[in-house]
Amino acid sequence: MTHTPRFSSVDDVRERLAAHGYLASDAIATTVYLADQLGKPLLIEGPAGVGKTALSQAVASATSSELVRLQCYEGVDEARALYEWNHAKQLLRITAAGAHHNATGEDEADWQQVKDDIFTDEFLLSRPLLTAIRNEQPTVLLIDELDKADVEIEGLLLEVLSDFQVTVPELGTITASQTPFVVLTSNATRELSEALRRRCLYLHIDYPEAELEREIVTLAVPNLEESLAASVVRLIAALRQMRLRKAPSVAETIDWARTLLALGAEGELEPELVHATLGVILKHRDDITIAETRLELDRALS
Amino acid sequence: MPSADPVGTRLVDLGRALRSHGLTVGTSEVADAAAATSALGLEDRERLRTGLAATMMRRSADRMVFDQLFDIYFPAAVGGRTGDAEELPPTDVAGARQRAAAIREDLVDALARGDDRELELLASRAVLELGRLPDAAADGGFFAKQTIERLAPQTTVSAAQQRSRELRHAQSAGDSEGGSSESGPRRERLSDRYDREEIRGRVAAFRRRIEAEVARRNAEMRGRDRISQYSVEGPLERTEFLLTAGTDAAELQAVIAPLSRKLASKLAARQRRKSRGAIDIRRTLRAAMSTGGVPMRPAHKRRTRTRAEIVLFCDMSGSVAGFSRFTMLLLQSLAGVFRRVRFIGFINVCDDITDIVRDSQLGEEIADRVTQEANLAKHHTGSDYGSALADAADRYIDLIGPRSTVLILGDARTNGTNPQFDALRALVRQAGHAAWLNPEQENQWRLGDSVAEQYAEIIDMHEVRNVDQLREFISRLPVR
Repeated sequence: MTHTPRFSSVDDVRERLAAHGYLASDAIATTVYLADQLGKPLLIEGPAGVGKTALSQAVASATSSELVRLQCYEGVDEARALYEWNHAKQLLRITAAGAHHNATGEDEADWQQVKDDIFTDEFLLSRPLLTAIRNEQPTVLLIDELDKADVEIEGLLLEVLSDFQVTVPELGTITASQTPFVVLTSNATRELSEALRRRCLYLHIDYPEAELEREIVTLAVPNLEESLAASVVRLIAALRQMRLRKAPSVAETIDWARTLLALGAEGELEPELVHATLGVILKHRDDITIAETRLELDRALS
Repeated sequence: MPSADPVGTRLVDLGRALRSHGLTVGTSEVADAAAATSALGLEDRERLRTGLAATMMRRSADRMVFDQLFDIYFPAAVGGRTGDAEELPPTDVAGARQRAAAIREDLVDALARGDDRELELLASRAVLELGRLPDAAADGGFFAKQTIERLAPQTTVSAAQQRSRELRHAQSAGDSEGGSSESGPRRERLSDRYDREEIRGRVAAFRRRIEAEVARRNAEMRGRDRISQYSVEGPLERTEFLLTAGTDAAELQAVIAPLSRKLASKLAARQRRKSRGAIDIRRTLRAAMSTGGVPMRPAHKRRTRTRAEIVLFCDMSGSVAGFSRFTMLLLQSLAGVFRRVRFIGFINVCDDITDIVRDSQLGEEIADRVTQEANLAKHHTGSDYGSALADAADRYIDLIGPRSTVLILGDARTNGTNPQFDALRALVRQAGHAAWLNPEQENQWRLGDSVAEQYAEIIDMHEVRNVDQLREFISRLPVR
């Protein structure tokens, strides 16, 4: 297994991600560069909608790697994450062999062949982790929302992520020919185990700085007027300060910018318009009430 | 003798300092940090900070401690900075007032423009000119508190707000009228309704800059290890609840909200786990069809799921004021996540306060409302666990079913009254799961009028003095 770095410098990371539509902050670019250099998995935490998943997609396309994704959910197990034998197909194979063999008796030899046959690649269902390891091409492995999975799966990950090899008893040990770029994301609904954290580089992605967010919005909504983009980002930042139940994320900023553009807003934001479109950015009744009172949205500008 | 590897030594020292503040930084983390340092180089300080944070930090709650220690071990500058004014001698009160006024003038401008570089320089200037103790000339120490008191940066908020509006107005007038400075009367903008908060945020950041600058200066003077030990503020997670009375409610709220979500998902997981077990013969056989009649994968009976129920009893008396404030915040955020949750407050009798909690807004202080609107005390205002528990067992036992989780929050200090163990026993027996969270240290449970130890024999009692321990409690909740 050889490890060749994908990126040459932090600025290289930033430029190549930007070329694929992901504007990374300096912190993100630095950590991605380090994860690549040190060949360690990257554990990303942060509020929903700040681009945790999008980052790995961008890394995949920037390095022309294949993205292999393991979406975690409660009850995801080895058979769903690593590999599984295709029992149905194996049974078919056995039945087919039985139909062929004649009554003259070379039963023993036939069974030997079938036995060797049914534990080969053909009958192996490769799940994301094994797929990522067996892949000859450069690979980005995304393990999404790990906190949703049970604790047991972390033990499996520890084994797989530490030396990128998997042992299938019937086939032997499969070792990765390249080091996949591994990204784990978590929304922190459960504490991840200390052992897993220790093996990863840690990155907390927070809401972006105003400057960066404006660039992101402008990139996503190209026709948006610059002063409107600035007002949108500024108001969103103010809303995030209000300690709402669910603060608006970057995805919501973009949605809102699109909405405003569609409604033909320009220049300064007007309270009536904000009032009418508040549902795009805030998803809780309480939050909307707080924003309405703080911003006095029922009163027109004097 | 200078060390052969100054950066390596510095990293080891930083690792040790982090460890002494409760972060788990082992040898492998320090080694990774060294690898990161050689990959990134030392040219860009912020990148180095990110790199070290990625390798040495494990959770975002540690960020505050990490940043303070990083500033001490990898300071932004040594001695004076480029752009610093001449070192001024310490001055008397009148002189300090004059200097403070001059800095404030520049501060208004920098705040209005949100100019980070300028603010950084101003922080350093303020510390240099105002932060030096008059009688500490010998060892030349600086004090953040004195700097902030003399400068009083919060008094610049209104002026900065005004300045920022003017700036923006002039800018947009310039844009639309081709640079003519003359423009009509200023129209109100939507941003006028929240720009005060913006400026306040910048002032708060400015204060942190002053603190960082003072720590940097003092670390040079008195040694990094000493400063890292004494003047680094721990995260809110490890501050005791009983001492959080002065903390901003919103700040506490931000720490607690994710925890209540965790508690919710944990309890929900328990419910789901419970519903696994018995084999559903029909579905197992049906599934076996695809494997040629061999039952490879057993199918379990699906049981109708019920939501987790919580019945929470909390002490609302004055003796645990800091704790009950925390309790209230926890309640409010729990109310957001759970539907079937009942809150019972008590001092010496119980009363249902669910509606009060539900109606309140997030972050609103509801302790006053609770004491006014709910009937929590009879005859006297001291807390009496015995009669409260008896009252609970008497009137609220029907709320508790075999599926519910009972949580009791309080310090178990009975003021010498009858502790009524039987009442507690009845409550615990009725519930599917019961736990008591005690904000006092475990070794004080038997001291004074506390009957915590005896209660602990009946109910699972946990010492929960800070957010960290609460997290621990939640992560150890048995999933059955």
